[in-house]
Amino acid sequence: MSRPRPSTAAAAIVRGDRRALAKAITAVESGAPAGDALLRELYPRTGRIPIVGLTGPLGVGKSSLINLLVAHLRSNGRSVGVVAVDPSSPFSGGSVLGDRIRLDRRADDPGIFFRSMASRGASGGLADATRDVARLLEAAGFDVVLVETVGSGQVDVAIRGVATTRVVVLVPHLGDEVQTLKAGLFEIADVFCVNKSDLPGAETAERDLAELASLGPAPDGWRARIVRTSTTAPSGIPQLWSAIEAHEAFLAASPAHAAERRRRLEEEIVGRVREEVARRLAERLETDPALRRLVDRVLARELDPRTAAERLVAPGHRGR
Amino acid sequence: MKAKARAAPVRVLIAKPGLDGHDRGAKVVARALRDAGMEVIYAGLRQTPEEIVRAAVEEDVDLIGLSILSGAHMALFPRVMALLKKEKGSRIKVFAGGIIPDEDASRLRRLGIRAIFGPGASLGEIVQTAERLARGTA
Ligand SMILES: Nc1nc2c(ncn2[C@@H]2O[C@H](COP(=O)(O)OP(=O)(O)O)[C@@H](O)[C@H]2O)c(=O)[nH]1
Ligand SMILES: [Mg+2]
Repeated sequence: MSRPRPSTAAAAIVRGDRRALAKAITAVESGAPAGDALLRELYPRTGRIPIVGLTGPLGVGKSSLINLLVAHLRSNGRSVGVVAVDPSSPFSGGSVLGDRIRLDRRADDPGIFFRSMASRGASGGLADATRDVARLLEAAGFDVVLVETVGSGQVDVAIRGVATTRVVVLVPHLGDEVQTLKAGLFEIADVFCVNKSDLPGAETAERDLAELASLGPAPDGWRARIVRTSTTAPSGIPQLWSAIEAHEAFLAASPAHAAERRRRLEEEIVGRVREEVARRLAERLETDPALRRLVDRVLARELDPRTAAERLVAPGHRGR
Repeated sequence: MKAKARAAPVRVLIAKPGLDGHDRGAKVVARALRDAGMEVIYAGLRQTPEEIVRAAVEEDVDLIGLSILSGAHMALFPRVMALLKKEKGSRIKVFAGGIIPDEDASRLRRLGIRAIFGPGASLGEIVQTAERLARGTA
């Protein structure tokens, strides 16, 4: 397929125009057609850089770690895009996005782009558009993208489909947390980060984790690394980045990883088809007189809801 | 494939330039705007005008709310407005709150700050103004 000339918006993003990038993120976030067009155009420029996810309960220090990782990467000459997701209120739809507070002031550094995102009703610890926003950041030329999940206390599973390396951040005295998070925790973690290691108990926590991790599965041949960090008495940040890089290097050499990438893309495509089909169906049903007739019959207890639904999706149904 | 575009929530940056360390008021306003359905980026204390404008651009906000108690508004707000002006084509609107004498307030309005709230302003008033500014009806 021949590549069409880039649109001005896409060209501006690739050129490093921050306003164009910011506007594109907004378009993608709201599902606007302009966002779809940009993603179509920029997709060939994606899929090459580390997308590092930081997940873990609220308050463990994810945003603070991102701040120090950004500084570490910048001092090594690497540019960084950050997407930090916070929950939307289920009541008002609004959100207070507070992760940016932890970012140290580098008002004139073009090698950083930080974007706060509200989850907008998505479950799983990310917004629906987070993956595409990470793609935009890559297309804009950033060398690394860091993604912070909501950190709801549950395992933020959506990060699996977005990040190439997943860092689960925990703190000392995490006994209870590990217990409640355990299901899924070890499947998700490529790296465990025991943050706040300036507080007592970090060594014990690391030992407990190491024990748990050694019991856990390593089906693809990678065993989660464990790193101790502190952001208040800064330590462990280069080690954290090394662990992330080790995982990235492992991926590059792993045949299983190629299959995994394929599986994920398939999952994404199927997911999008499912959404689109559901949307079209819902649209059609809204105006289908048969729906009203069936609801009448269900109300009268002549039919049960499941049977009514089956009749509606049956080909050539007349809603009887 | 056309996923249906949703009406995008209004995005607001709440920033607190200057050296005073009280952000209770700013946080209360942030929550009130959230409860009105807005996405509020809370940027924290002691932001320079450069940082504020940069954050506003990256976060693609519709509005900036500046809060200040330290009395440095005449040094800091005009700088924010000047930097915003350099972002050609930007349509970000600015409102402000704090202890701002009347004569300063009218000068700041002339610089383009759309609304200025004193310590006695009600949250409802602030939210309504923010909504009107975002809709472009103020
Ligand atoms: N003692 C200690 N506190 C930390 C450390 N890292 C972060 N914190 C504090 O933990 C709180 C939450 O940090 P934040 O980065 O916002 O956590 P997040 O919710 O996971 O993003 C803040 O008050 C930080 O100052 C650390 O290494 N040691
Ligand atoms: Mg955070």
